[in-house]
Amino acid sequence: MSRSAFALELDDVRKRFGKTQVITGAAMQVNPGERVALIGPNGAGKSTLFDLISGRAGLSSGTIRLHGERIDGLRPFEICRRGLARSFQVSNLFASLSVFDNLRCAVMWSLGHKYVFWKLLSRLKDVNGRAEEVMDRIRLTGKRDVLAMHLTYGEQRALELGLTLAGGASVILLDEPTAGMGSAETLGFIELIRNITVGKTLLVVEHDMGVVFGLADRVAVLAQGQVIAFDTPEAIRADQRVQEAYLGAVPAEQATATAY
Amino acid sequence: MPTLHRTHIPARERQAVLWGGFAFVLIVAPLVFQSGLALTALSQMGYMIIICLSYNLLLGQGGMLSFGHAVYTGLGAFCAAHALNHAGAEGVPLPVSLVPLVGGLGGAAVAAVLGWVSTRKAHVPFAMITMGVGELVFAMTPMFPGLFGGEGGVSTNRVVGEPVFGITFGPQIQLYYLIATYCFACTALMFLFTATPLGRMLNAVRDNPERVAFVGCDPQTVRYIAFVIAGFFAGIGGGLFALNFELVQGSAVGGLTSASYLLYTYIGGTLLFFGPIIGAILSVLVGVLLSEFTKAWALYLGLAFMLIVMYAPGGLSAILMANLRVAASGKFSRLVKPGSALLAATPVWLAGVTSLVEMTYHRQIHAPLNPTFRHFGVLLDVSDGADWAGAAALALVGGVLFECARRGFVRHWRMVQEEMHALEPGAEGAS
Amino acid sequence: MAFFALSLLNGVSYGLLLFMLSAGLTLIMSMMGVLNFAHASFYMLGAYLAYQVSAWIGFWPALLISPLVAALLGAVFERWVLRRVHRHGHASELLVTVGLSFVMLEVVQLVWGRAPVGYRIPAELEGPLFTLFGSPFPLYRAFMMGVSILMLVAIWLLVSRTRIGLVIQAALTHPDMVQALGHDVPRVSMGVFGGGVALAALAGVVGGNAYTTEPGMAFSVGNIVFVVVVVGGMGSLGGAFVASLLIGVVTTFAVSLDQSLLHLLQAVDVPVTDAMANHALLALKISQVAPLLPYLLLVSVLIFRPKGLMGTRET
Repeated sequence: MSRSAFALELDDVRKRFGKTQVITGAAMQVNPGERVALIGPNGAGKSTLFDLISGRAGLSSGTIRLHGERIDGLRPFEICRRGLARSFQVSNLFASLSVFDNLRCAVMWSLGHKYVFWKLLSRLKDVNGRAEEVMDRIRLTGKRDVLAMHLTYGEQRALELGLTLAGGASVILLDEPTAGMGSAETLGFIELIRNITVGKTLLVVEHDMGVVFGLADRVAVLAQGQVIAFDTPEAIRADQRVQEAYLGAVPAEQATATAY
Repeated sequence: MPTLHRTHIPARERQAVLWGGFAFVLIVAPLVFQSGLALTALSQMGYMIIICLSYNLLLGQGGMLSFGHAVYTGLGAFCAAHALNHAGAEGVPLPVSLVPLVGGLGGAAVAAVLGWVSTRKAHVPFAMITMGVGELVFAMTPMFPGLFGGEGGVSTNRVVGEPVFGITFGPQIQLYYLIATYCFACTALMFLFTATPLGRMLNAVRDNPERVAFVGCDPQTVRYIAFVIAGFFAGIGGGLFALNFELVQGSAVGGLTSASYLLYTYIGGTLLFFGPIIGAILSVLVGVLLSEFTKAWALYLGLAFMLIVMYAPGGLSAILMANLRVAASGKFSRLVKPGSALLAATPVWLAGVTSLVEMTYHRQIHAPLNPTFRHFGVLLDVSDGADWAGAAALALVGGVLFECARRGFVRHWRMVQEEMHALEPGAEGAS
Repeated sequence: MAFFALSLLNGVSYGLLLFMLSAGLTLIMSMMGVLNFAHASFYMLGAYLAYQVSAWIGFWPALLISPLVAALLGAVFERWVLRRVHRHGHASELLVTVGLSFVMLEVVQLVWGRAPVGYRIPAELEGPLFTLFGSPFPLYRAFMMGVSILMLVAIWLLVSRTRIGLVIQAALTHPDMVQALGHDVPRVSMGVFGGGVALAALAGVVGGNAYTTEPGMAFSVGNIVFVVVVVGGMGSLGGAFVASLLIGVVTTFAVSLDQSLLHLLQAVDVPVTDAMANHALLALKISQVAPLLPYLLLVSVLIFRPKGLMGTRET
């Protein structure tokens, strides 16, 4: 019953919006602690797949298992409580709360303080401590009391990452974490991600091939709603089908990839 | 949303001064304003503060725009009235001072039942649901005369049972101090709520309910618990209302009452904790005082509300805080001249507009019998065309002056704000 | 039989009136995302203006003038007030229309007083149209239905056959995309808002003299219209149509039925004691419960089917 060999397992996942089939039988098995990059042409359904895994959208058919337990059909907060967290392509923060408050909200459930209204937040040492720790790791300690809506774009992406990781989830989904960043900023951010997600299972949607080949243990290629290839970066680079799907985008990135 | 910087939690000393000052004002107010009218007004302010704060727990802190808050204040009032009647008739040992708590429990109970349906959504759908529920409850009041007293309502008597230390709560002054005690306690409790985990999570739900789900909390549960807590405090306010007027009618749960909570809380300001306090005080000033001076008070209120929504969505409290911040940064002198121009133009424009409005009202109501009346000491004659023309001219000229002064002021204000923003630590580009 | 047929016809005419109101509200909400709390206030204004114009000139000119004035006021409000509030969000837009509804109420009371005014059915439209099973069906009701149906057809043609209609249709489900495609959304917004409230005013012209014309009409009808819009499904004209007729017919029937649970018990030969006869709940007549029904329907729909009968979006 509990096949906990895989951290995340997708089995014949399908999603239909009206008459349009977006995901047409995606299948994937991610090992615990693995770093997987999810790539594919625009419109292949990568964000949709994330939505399906995290519970933001419901499956039309198929199953999704987290540590062996089925999570398809559960609501987002239920999935989150089972140890899966995701970040968003467009920063999804608590705009009028400070950086520190944003992080405190993110850790509250995982530390067991559920809907407490009879204790003061400032007295909860574990919540404050963990929030400080995450804030330190995402390097926003200097912006502790700045409201999230006043942060720069890069800082917001960092806070987005912080919110995703603060709860201590074991499986992390990152949806284009470096979207909108310049190349220098991207390098630093990827380093941050690599350090901060040690030991976690990571599934990252990315367009920047340099990032993909530098960060990932395995690469999954999503095209026409299916995972057409799921292998090591080198094997993917050489794969005929992938090259067809990308119309030559893969060879062009080889030069930059070797820099990593 | 307008930019609002929340600073660190205020230093202990500042907190002590604020709360001490609040307690002081509550204790001393009836000694300063001693007339019967003033005492009535102060008593009403006391429970309106509790009600408006409970309303803002939903609106300002939770993003839940309720059009049916009167259900909880009103049903709390009915519970309290019935409890008081039972305490008097059957000698149930319920001290009068605890009757508002009965109202609070009643409000919380109703919120617990109705809340689960109401809190599924926020913003506009929530508003619609609360309106529907509110109308439903209001429409039910004539159907159960045993509960709601039919046309006459439920009347009660707060002088019941043995006096404790000579206190019967008969005289208004005694009731005032009871209200003031509840006011202080409830305000303190609601303030503390904002500093609890649930209070902070409620703010998060207001900003981004989807993200709340993705950090493991169910936004609906957060909203629901907050709804019940707000219902509790609303019920206490209703209970105090019942004690004050000793009569509770169906209108206490009606849409107009709910709308008044919305209007005044919003005018006071929903972004800062003390905004609703200003709104509550204003509600009593308008209802008790302004309504004596002019028949047009409801029109002025509606127009003022619209102007606040359009130009100052943070309410009066945000305007106050913004000005205090400018003063704290030492740049207030820059605003003195444009501010004075604004302050000088305002009475001109207001005099003209209010003259026209008052003349119209006067003509509607009194003209056949008595065409003249006094407005700010000037005798106006509604049958005299010259007076109408004069008022119109005043309004027009005043309006032009006001608009010029306003534009000048806004220009200076923006410059000052930019300078202040650039000086702040952690501002964009300053890292 | 007469009762059933007449109640049905009356219910349909009331339902069509509700549809005129809810159609305008749905169009405004879909196009601009604004729930116009003051919509029924324009219904009230339409009735009062028609009363005044009828007194000065006549009923038939009022049919044209009243909606035009309302459209003008609506367009001005959209341009100068609503648009300014737009950047603060939908909640602020809703709130400013709340303020407008109160201001309009005060102005109407200021000009015409607080008592109901004598807005009468014009002489040429009085009397029965036909007699059904021995009871007369008023000509004016038929006129109301006629105007409503004419409006319905006109809206349908506008929305489905013209280019503007195409834009509106698209905006019903994808307002942001319509804007992104470069349509002059501000001007269309002004037109939609003006047109929507003009429809409400027209409903007031024909409804104000059939029902009473008094200051309270805005809020009493307004609440029902909101129920219609939510029950039918926000953004769905078809849903608004179905919900309008449903609520119109059900309330018309309920108001005329004097049966109660007690009657039901008696009909099945259950003995009724004195205590039971006086019990508030059992003795409640259907006609007394009638005002509740739309709100019961609203709450039920919100619990069991939050999208409404035919809605496509939940906001």
